[in-house]
Parts: sequence; C-alpha cells; structure tokens
Amino acid sequence: MAGSTRVPTRTPSQLSQGAAVSGGVGDSSLRPDGVLKATGEFAYSSDMWHEDMLWGFTLRSPHAHAEIVSVDVGEALAQAGVYAVLTHDDLPAEVKKYGLELRDTPVLAGGKVRHQGEPVALVAADHPETARRAAAKIKVEYRELPLVHDEATALAADAPVLHPDRDDHHAAHVPHPNIVHRQPIVRGDVAAAAARAEVVVSGEYEVGMQDQAFLGPESGLAVPAEDGGVDLYVATQWLHSDLRQIAPVLGLPEDKVRMTLAGVGGAFGGREDLSMQIHACLLALRTRKPVKMVYNRFESFFGHVHRHPATLWYEHGATRDGTLTHIRCRIVLDGGAYASASPAVVGNASSHAAGPYVVDDVEIEALALYTNNPPCGAMRGFGAVQACFAYEAQMDKLAAELGMDPVEFRRKNAMSQGDRMPTGQVVDSPAPVAELLRRVKARPLPPERQWETLGGAPDVRALPGGLSNTTHGEGVVRGVGYAVGVKNVCFSEGFDDYSTARVRLEVIGGEPVATVHTAAAEVGQGGVTVHAQIARTELGVTRVTIHPADTRVGSAGSTSASRQTYMTGGAVRHVCELVREEVFRRGRERLGTYHPAWATAELLLEGGKVVTDAGEVLAPLVDVLGDEPVEAVDEFRHRPTVALDPATGQGFGHVQFSFAAHRAVVEVDTELGLVKVIELACAQDVGKAMNPDAVVGQIHGGTTQGLGLAVMEEIVVENAKVRNPSFTDYLIPTILDTPTIPVDVLELADEHAPYGLRGAGEAPTLSSTPAVLAAIRAATGKALKRVPVRPEHIVA
Amino acid sequence: MEFLRPASWEEALAAKAEHPSAVPIAGGTDVMVEINFDHRRPGHLMDLNRIPELHEWEVGDETVRLGASVPYSEVIDRLATELPGLALASHTVGSPQIRNRGSVGGNLGAASPAGDSHPALLAAGAEVEAESVRGTRFIPVEDFYTGVKRNALAEDELIKNIHIKKADGPQQFSKVGTRNAMVIAVCAFSIALHPESRTVRAGIGSAAPTPVRPRAAEDFLGAALEEGGFWDSGATLTPSLAREFAELCAGACNPIDDVRGSAAYRRRAVGVMARRTLGWTWESYRGNRPGGTTTEGGAPCA
Repeated sequence: MAGSTRVPTRTPSQLSQGAAVSGGVGDSSLRPDGVLKATGEFAYSSDMWHEDMLWGFTLRSPHAHAEIVSVDVGEALAQAGVYAVLTHDDLPAEVKKYGLELRDTPVLAGGKVRHQGEPVALVAADHPETARRAAAKIKVEYRELPLVHDEATALAADAPVLHPDRDDHHAAHVPHPNIVHRQPIVRGDVAAAAARAEVVVSGEYEVGMQDQAFLGPESGLAVPAEDGGVDLYVATQWLHSDLRQIAPVLGLPEDKVRMTLAGVGGAFGGREDLSMQIHACLLALRTRKPVKMVYNRFESFFGHVHRHPATLWYEHGATRDGTLTHIRCRIVLDGGAYASASPAVVGNASSHAAGPYVVDDVEIEALALYTNNPPCGAMRGFGAVQACFAYEAQMDKLAAELGMDPVEFRRKNAMSQGDRMPTGQVVDSPAPVAELLRRVKARPLPPERQWETLGGAPDVRALPGGLSNTTHGEGVVRGVGYAVGVKNVCFSEGFDDYSTARVRLEVIGGEPVATVHTAAAEVGQGGVTVHAQIARTELGVTRVTIHPADTRVGSAGSTSASRQTYMTGGAVRHVCELVREEVFRRGRERLGTYHPAWATAELLLEGGKVVTDAGEVLAPLVDVLGDEPVEAVDEFRHRPTVALDPATGQGFGHVQFSFAAHRAVVEVDTELGLVKVIELACAQDVGKAMNPDAVVGQIHGGTTQGLGLAVMEEIVVENAKVRNPSFTDYLIPTILDTPTIPVDVLELADEHAPYGLRGAGEAPTLSSTPAVLAAIRAATGKALKRVPVRPEHIVA
Repeated sequence: MEFLRPASWEEALAAKAEHPSAVPIAGGTDVMVEINFDHRRPGHLMDLNRIPELHEWEVGDETVRLGASVPYSEVIDRLATELPGLALASHTVGSPQIRNRGSVGGNLGAASPAGDSHPALLAAGAEVEAESVRGTRFIPVEDFYTGVKRNALAEDELIKNIHIKKADGPQQFSKVGTRNAMVIAVCAFSIALHPESRTVRAGIGSAAPTPVRPRAAEDFLGAALEEGGFWDSGATLTPSLAREFAELCAGACNPIDDVRGSAAYRRRAVGVMARRTLGWTWESYRGNRPGGTTTEGGAPCA
C-alpha cells in the first residue's frame, strides 16, 4: 500500500534509557516519558497520523433498551467524502461478538440495543466532521423495550431476559439468567458464631458508579496491509487479549492482525475491554485505507466500562472483648448490559468481603447483574473497593457499639501471616495489617485551623469550598478516620497467568546494550522504567533499550491487577538470567583457558564486566559478546491458583495479597456540607520498592482516586441514562482537593515473588475512601452509608 | 460556517447587522465548547479579538468601564480594589487558563444562570452597554437576564462595555461547588454594602432560571440598618437580623433539582452564604470606619 506510517516516535517504549539514567533495582530511576508528558510533547494514541487516512465515527444508541426495527444508511453513504458505512449486517465473519471473559458483546448492535451508547453503525470519511454528520443521517428506527435497571427489575418474575441464549460457563450456576455470576463463600458455622456474638451490627451500603476518568480518550489507527491483514496501533492495557477478541470478528488468523501499543493516556482498568479496536479495523479493511478513530470526552464516557456500582448488606458480630465472631454479607454489583470483567469482579468482591481480619465464620454472597445500565468492568481495586467501603464502615460501627477505639478494635482482629482468608486460603507471606494501622495512627496530626494567616484574612484554599470562598472558618469541624484494606495481586482463580520477555544483549558502538522486548502495556504506571532497571541489575549494563510493545513477542498479560512489575518484571528477570547464563557459557568456551576462575568461581555481570563473586574481573562483557548478540525469550508464571468452589467459595484463589492503611483528616463545613480533606496518611507494604519514587507515586494516585470516590466522583444514571457524561459534571479531584499524603512504605519480602515485591498499584485505592468517610462521620455524626457523599447528605 | 473577523468595532456592528445570527466569540471558553460538542452550529462566527477597545478598561469617578473582552485574570489582578466582589467571583471561574481567556462580556452573552460574574454585577450595580448600528443602549444588569441562557440583547446588538459601580463599601462573593476549584456553581451569592446610599444589594446565581436580586431581603436589611442606626453606630449586627436576611435570600430562590444539586440544598446554601457574607462585609465595614475595630479582615484571596 502507498503512504508512510507515522506512529508515535516518542512513546516510552521507544525511548532508550541511555547512559543518563544508570539506576538498577531499588533506585528511583527517572521515567523516560516524564519530561515529555509534563511538557506536552509525548505522542499519545490520539496524536497518530497517516497519509491518506480516513476518520472513523461510531453511531450509538440513544436508548438503553430497544429493538432495532430498521436501519437506513442510504443518505449517509451518499454524502460526499464518505467511504463506508457499516452495520451489523456488514460484519464479515461468523463471529459477531466479543468480550473480555464472556463473548456476549455485539461488535455492532444486531436487532437490539441493551444500553445507552451501544454502537449501532460505523462511518469512515475523509474528515472527522464529515463522518459525524454522515452518521447523523443514518436512519435507525427503534422500538423501546422495558428497562432492567436494578436488582428488582432484573429478577422480577416478568423481567426481560437480556441475554436469553447464554451458553457461558457461569450460566449453569446462576439462579437467574440476568445474573452474570454469583459466588457464595461459606466457611465455619455462622449460626453458632452468631449465637456467641454479644454485639451485632448490620447495615446497608451503597457505592456509586465511578469512572476511570483517564485523560487520553480511546483512540487508535488501523492500517490495512497488502497481505489482507491489518496493523493496529492502539492505546490498550493488554495487546494479546485485544488480539484474541479482534481476529475472529475480522475473520482473520491472529498473525494477520499485528498490534503495536500507542501512547496510553491512563487506563485504571478502563482499557481492558475493547473500544474502537475492531471498529477501526473493520473500516480499514473495508475501505483499504488507514482509519483513525478518536473518541471525544462525551463519547469516552460511553466508550468504556466503569466501576460496578454496588449495594452491600453486612452483619458483623463480636464478643464484648472486641473479638469478631462472624460476618454475613451480600454484595450486589450492577454489571450493566454486558459481562466485561463482571465474573472476576464478583470473585474478588466475595473473596475480599471480610477484609484483612481474622474471622472464621462467614457467609458471603456476591453477584453481578445484567441490566440496561452502562456496562461495568475493571477499575483499580476491582470489587475489593466496594467491599472495603462497607466492611470498614461496619468495623467503625462495631467499635462504637463496643466502646472501643476503632484502630485498636481493628488491630485486635487484624490478620497476619499464617491466618486464613474466608476462602480458606492461608496468607503465606507477611500481612502487617496491625503494624500499618499503628503507623498511620502514630503520625502527628496536622495543625488545626491552617487557614488562619498572620494578616487576619483567611487562606480560603485551606478551607472547605476552597477558592469558592464559602467559609472563613464558620461551621468547620474537623474529623479523623481510619481504614485498612486488602487486595489480591495478579490474576486469580486458576487463570494461567504468565508474561513473556525477549532480551537481547549485544555490543553497539563498543558498549554492551540490552534490549528488552515485551508486550507489556505502559499505561503510565512506569513499567518501562522498572523493566529497564531490572535488566541493568541482572545484566550489569548501563544502556537498556525498551523495544516497542507489540504482538511480535508473546503475551505479557494485562497491565492490571497490580501485576505488571511482578509478572513482566519477573519475566524480564528470568530471561535476563537465561541471557547471563549464555554469556557465562560463551565466556567459558571462548576465554576459559585464560583464567581458571571461569570454571570454578561463581560468576556475576557487573559494570559491563564478567566478575567473580570475589570481585575479580575476568573479562569485559564486550569481549565475551564480540559481534554475536545473545538473545533469549521465555515465559514467566506465578505459582498456580485454583478456581473457587462454586458452592462454598473455598480454594487457593489468589497469588498474593497487598495491604494498605489510611488515616484521613478532614474538615467539614457542617452548614454547607462541603469537605476539605486535609491529610490522607498512608502506610503500605510493597515487599520491595523496585523504584521508591514510583511506588510513592502509585500510592499518591491510588489515594487520590479513592478520595474522588469518597466525595465527588460518580456517573449519575437515571432510568439507565447517564446524566453527566462530561468533565464539567463528572468531577475528579483538582490539586486543591488533594491533601498532603505522607507515605510510609514497608518492605517485607514475599518469598514467592520476584525480588520479594508486592504489587502496589491498587491497595491504596481501597482504604482511602472509607477512611475519608469515617472522618466525615466523625466530624458530622451522620451515618453516611453511600459514596460519593454529597453536600445534601451531610446537611440533611 | 462563515468566520467573520471585523477589524474594528464599526465593522463588527455592521457585520452583526448584516448577519444577526452571527455568534460573537472572544475568549471562546464557552462558545468553542458548544461548537466542539456540536451543541451549537452557528451560520456565522464573529471573532472580536481584533478590536482592541474591547480589551480595555478604565476607572472613572463612579464606575469602572470594563471592555467586554477583558479577561477575568485582569479583573483579579488590576481591579480588585474597585470591584472587589467581581474580583472574588472572577477568581472562582474555571482554571488559570480559562481566567486568562474568559471575560465578563462572554458571561453576559451566554447568560447562563450559573455564570460566576452575574451575582457580583447584580450586587455592585452595573449597566450593560449594548450597541448596534442603530445606536447605543445602557441596560441595567438586573434587566439583562431574561431567561435560561437568554438576555436582553437585540439580534443586531453587541456588548461593548460593562459599566460597574465602583465599590463604596465592602463586597463579598461565595459559591458552592462540589469540589474546591474548577467547578460550576451549584449556587452562588454576592453582597455589596453601599454606605454612600445606605443600601445593601445582593445577587444570587444558579438558584433560579436567571441570576436574581433578592429585593425583599435587600429592602428588609436596608430598612433595618437604617432604623437601627447601624450605619452610624457601626454596631454589631444582631443575629436575628442576619437570619432574617438569610431567610429572605433563600426565599428569593426558585431552584431546580439537577445533577449538580437539589433545589432544597440550593435554597439552604444560599441562606448560609447570605448570612456569612453579610457578616464578613459588615465586620469589614465596621473595621474600616474611623476608629472601628473588626475581627475579620477584608476581602480574602483577592
């Protein structure tokens, strides 16, 4: 084909870390993409351009549940500048659906739409505006159907069954076809334990629909190839998962769909599902021209899944001395119209439902519904966030009933290494729950009345309402709250979770250079930084080049579940070891006769040299390598897990657990219901801080995202329609909403994990939200059973 | 879409007369959002950025003449003494980038009930100078807002200046939003004490179809201050007086329930803001009288 491809030339994966950064594992190496992102020069997926390219546009359903009576594309197709209009009838393969876990999502709606914003037709045109206008000329006649929008309407006797022909592996186990998946966890004798309880508290809690709110909208570029295949450049979280879903719908073998990661502007789970990938490929293959698609902010709110809103009922019991007796709970997650990650979210919500506490008698039930609400799936914290909000509210309530200090009550029941999860799984690595709580509590409290200034005029930035100037101290009450949470790391429940790395060591310009090639998606978390650090440490070289992430190497698995440093980091280390062994073998073969230590000593690669463990230099690496590179490729797996028992939920379901605790200090304007979070202190065990600055960055980010859920972030859905699909009305924290976040990082090694590390990205998102809520409750005396909390709830 | 770029005010008026549906654009912080999201597709867009006098302001004896395109950041940096209420309101507009582009003229043109400058203009007292090829009108700002996103401009008129009364006493502005910066008002309130005329004016935003003045509250407070001799004595306000004022302000609202907040909350919040801002301005007035003392400083963060 004609034309040249211009893909981002400054994505992090294409940046050589070079000699400027020399850090290995444990060093706070600078991100290669940091300055470019801060100065606006970084090329994101939406910045791609191709000569002669077309623009794709998606026509979406205005209705949440409707039958498509007819579609007329004639007028749209006739418009000048339009190259193609595609509907369900134009799909080229037998397979017309895709899905992350269950293949239940139509590429383009056929016969029915099940949620507002569902894709119905595609347009390719020579200008984005032309494509948009042409789409407006597609005439779709709908007949609206009754809505399924909550548990009652989903499970009613006459409820419309949203997916009547289910043949997925959960279908046989669910009590109703509008339930995607249900996971009970039963352990011990709850009735007997409840009879022993001297204090019992119960409550119903609600978590609103949070959005990942990544800043880089869904976007990508599909370029048709001469072999009938397609090259796709896209911002995603897992290239190979995309590939597995894309190829069958295009009717192509996987090797005809070549994917390359484009610059990703944040993900947080929202890019685990496909958005424009298949659509752009379909249009490119149809028109034989490159096709770019970029969602605008409005469309983005309909273009990715959100965090499951949840209703959670809990009962906790304890003896008078403050020992938990039992927990009963029921967690209902709204999965929306398609399954996405709902089954795994159910597994997570149920298995983390008791929190990081020792309690032997539990009855847990978690389920996800099919409704006509927006589809929900992966978001940072993944089911554990919803549970943590509720169980931590319960722990405070129970402590109050017992007349105990909430931190001491938690510490008394805190799990530690050797204790069991509700699934019966033994936590077999450090679980410093009590210590994390002790640390956040021991911190000095921030000074009171920080808004007061010497001049007398208050600094409103330090007050609830901030620059909006709503109080100069009137009505302001301080509150302090605590929370702790537990989150699994890596993929669970028997999933074959692995990552692949290819490492090449060679001499370039007289220097040894390592090239690391994986398919790991850099979504902003800093994987490219850490993978290079690992290569430096393992190979003793300074210069490491990170090859662009693409599907020319095996899967790296998803950049989610706090797993990528563990898994792809583990793969890079493992393959570096293979490379190292080959270097030593080659050295012995070529240079062994020059020094007996080649045969006898423990060999190391350090500072570009082969050295003995006694520090004696045997040879420069460049001499061993010569002009023949050493290259190795292999997969790395974590230890296996098993599926949870469908009836009892028992089983070794998770690889690793990650713990974080927060103390929130808030000031609430009790008359206006406005909240200023003053400080959110966090303590977290990360096993090993591979890059200490990046670890603190993750904790700051997770903490702030949790704060957002606590006080402002919610997609408001009414009658299955989104009311605030914009950053005008979907609010995320600004810097004036972001408190001081002192962080205490523990490094208690997990012997099962590479370097002893513990996935760090998600745990702080869990405890942040309930800590803020506990602090607001302390300031106001209100029960506050729902997040995000609104001013109305506080002043009501 | 036709893009008009008049080089002078006269050209702009002529163009507006010829194309009455032309949408004027200066900073573009409102119009461009609507165009980008395709909520609006005017046949003509008229760029006013080549007209220098719209970016100028002038402090007169009694009023400030504020060119329609003068950005909020300029009001904050240069006019906080003369227009303290408007400066405070300007400070709550969007982000620094938005404040560098957006203008009071644009806020008036859009006439959104949630526009941040409206309550401050209502409280200070202002006139909108509207001009067309037919001539010039001065429209009192309280008559300018005619409905949700509707204003009193004739279709051939453009806003040239806003004439705002210079502060003769303390002014305040408060706005409720659900985050601490960069937020659209759930509701807003502004108050201005006018010791020279011994009156109090106020403005309420985002709590009725248009920005409104709570006339009954103003009248009540004016009469109470007069009868109680407060202006002369500088006495502390009695709490019942502030409460009554707050209730009357809340009563002047005609809010709706929407995604940003409930009607009941808006009414309540306006009352709280009215009570607090009255307290701040009155304390400031007391403190600034000869020999006066105060516990509270003047305008914060201006």
